[in-house]
Amino acid sequence: MSEASSRKLSDDLLRPLLETSWRFYALVTFLGSIVLMGLCTWAYQMYMGFGMTGINNPIFWAFYITNFVFWIGISHAGTLISAILRLVNAGWRRPVTRCAEVITAFALMIGAMFPIIHLGRPWLFFWLVPYPNSRLIWPNFRSPLVWDFFAITTYLTGSVLFLVLPMIPDFALVRDRTTGMRHRIYGALALGWQGTPKQWHRLESAMSIMAIAIIPVAVSVHTIVSFDFSMAPVPMWHSTMFGPYFVAGAIFSGIAGLIIAMAALRKFLHLEEYLHPVHFQNLGKLLLMMSLLWGYFVFAERLTVWYGNESAEIAVLRVTQTGSFAPLYWTMVVVNFVIPVSILSIKRLRTIAGCVVASFGVLVGMWLERFLIVVPSLGHKYLPYSWGTYRPRPVELLITASTFAAMCLLYTLFAKFVPIISIWELKVGEQEPYETAQERSARVLGEAHP
Amino acid sequence: MAVDLDTCTGCGACVTACHAENNIPTVGDEQAARGRAMHWLRVERYWEGDFPDVRLKFRPVMCQQCDAAPCEPVCPTYASHHTAEGLNAQVYNRCIGTRYCANACPYNVRFFDFFNPQWPKPLHLQLNPDVSVREVGVMEKCTFCVQRISAASIDAKAEKRELKDGDIKPACVQSCSARAMVFGDLNDPESEVSRLARSPRGGKLLEDVGTLPKVTYLARQTQV
Repeated sequence: MSEASSRKLSDDLLRPLLETSWRFYALVTFLGSIVLMGLCTWAYQMYMGFGMTGINNPIFWAFYITNFVFWIGISHAGTLISAILRLVNAGWRRPVTRCAEVITAFALMIGAMFPIIHLGRPWLFFWLVPYPNSRLIWPNFRSPLVWDFFAITTYLTGSVLFLVLPMIPDFALVRDRTTGMRHRIYGALALGWQGTPKQWHRLESAMSIMAIAIIPVAVSVHTIVSFDFSMAPVPMWHSTMFGPYFVAGAIFSGIAGLIIAMAALRKFLHLEEYLHPVHFQNLGKLLLMMSLLWGYFVFAERLTVWYGNESAEIAVLRVTQTGSFAPLYWTMVVVNFVIPVSILSIKRLRTIAGCVVASFGVLVGMWLERFLIVVPSLGHKYLPYSWGTYRPRPVELLITASTFAAMCLLYTLFAKFVPIISIWELKVGEQEPYETAQERSARVLGEAHP
Repeated sequence: MAVDLDTCTGCGACVTACHAENNIPTVGDEQAARGRAMHWLRVERYWEGDFPDVRLKFRPVMCQQCDAAPCEPVCPTYASHHTAEGLNAQVYNRCIGTRYCANACPYNVRFFDFFNPQWPKPLHLQLNPDVSVREVGVMEKCTFCVQRISAASIDAKAEKRELKDGDIKPACVQSCSARAMVFGDLNDPESEVSRLARSPRGGKLLEDVGTLPKVTYLARQTQV
């Protein structure tokens, strides 16, 4: 690749770091104030008592646990997808991987807040941590919540490493282009990167080790999240298929989150030259596949419960399919299956706009899916005398809204301080350019079919 | 414990006695309407048949003190655990309020303190000094009146004798005017509760969930 095009690439991708418009400050202020409001709401909830939420007997888990599962699901966008694309060496991955990996890190941080927010006494959350103490009390290693703690901290550590490793050469690039304070900060982050062959070799080994290691971790994390439910003898929770069902749902919602983030970056940072329609088309195909897989899981789950005809499970099935939760349930089926499958399986509609529309639907649908797993089952356990239902109250709505703002805020700040597209990987990729299907067929078949 | 559904009249004296003995707060109508009512022991009412041929059934339901209790393994801090005597104990000070135990319990007999408890004056003076008052954010549930079990054991030890059947009466058993509830040692095959547990009328609540509950319900025989 020529010197000029290499320079243009660095210029384009470093521009968001080096130039700041008033829009950035406006956006950060707006999002920051929503996040601040969420934190104040949480403090209010702790001060007034957990009764400020809509939680009741018997629905002891609701919005917060739904958000927890949802955000941990979104986190599968990143690391898992980018690790698989790296391992199969898909050329089109290059501008996508970092956008995806950073979603993982932030979604995990947000998701991991919810088990703490939802505690009756959140100031004692550290009792989940196996730390040495004078009373010689350990956490209960039989509890899936303790497994959660280990799974999430492992995944967070792994995905942050996986995110940071390929950033090192880019930090060095920023270091070399800046002066003063920024030069020193990026210099420290670049960890003395000089670009020697030995350093490249080590970086690439480390990256491939992490890409392989992170996949089983990602699968295990959402399996363990599903174990929070399937280990309890609650109708419709106590299911052997919850592990793979949750992992599939997580990847599904993760891809949707990634598509939306990429479309936003493309528009606001003017990355049209780097994020091409082909990237969205390829991710759209992945989304289509996951939508079909998700539909298959839901079908298998519902059909077996219906045939099994076990009275407690049938009560839950009935209240979700035809009872008070039916509007939410059928909305979920439409936005998670009907709309994505019809948009994404038609080539003409698999555009950037089409993919974004489908992805928004999937995010809504996957949030509803988690809600419909958590709440109806708890409301319809074995003894009809203690059945109940649930309605969220303002604190839950505000805290939920503020986490979406927190995600946007963290993402905005990240894109401000780190090149959101991996510059060096793109430069490497320029030497072996990816091509669209049309280009390839034109090249391969060009002579045979003029 | 054994509960004879044939003699239970559904009067609710056991519920009141349980509240008084165990310092269980009444949450008020507004919170009760939100589903936060707290009764360690409740009398479930079920109607069978269509009007006017209606049969009314009562079933007092408290913590079943399961041998294979689903609430115990799920607690991350051992707040919910099994004692050597076979009770499901709840350590309020160790509870951080994940409420996982309440979800896992098939009987819905575990309760969460949504707010700090309050008693309108002068009712705060009638609190039982033998039972701790639970603060906001912890789970609580029927203990089989563990304070009475301890007191009876200490008395027996002071008098240098073994506990005998009938020494221990939880508040609900003591207050049952129909004598529908019996408490005793299931490890002693001669105790009245063991005899009732072996009765052909005896059955366990939700036995098929596999929790091995320790409360025996004696089935109704009369047609009223």
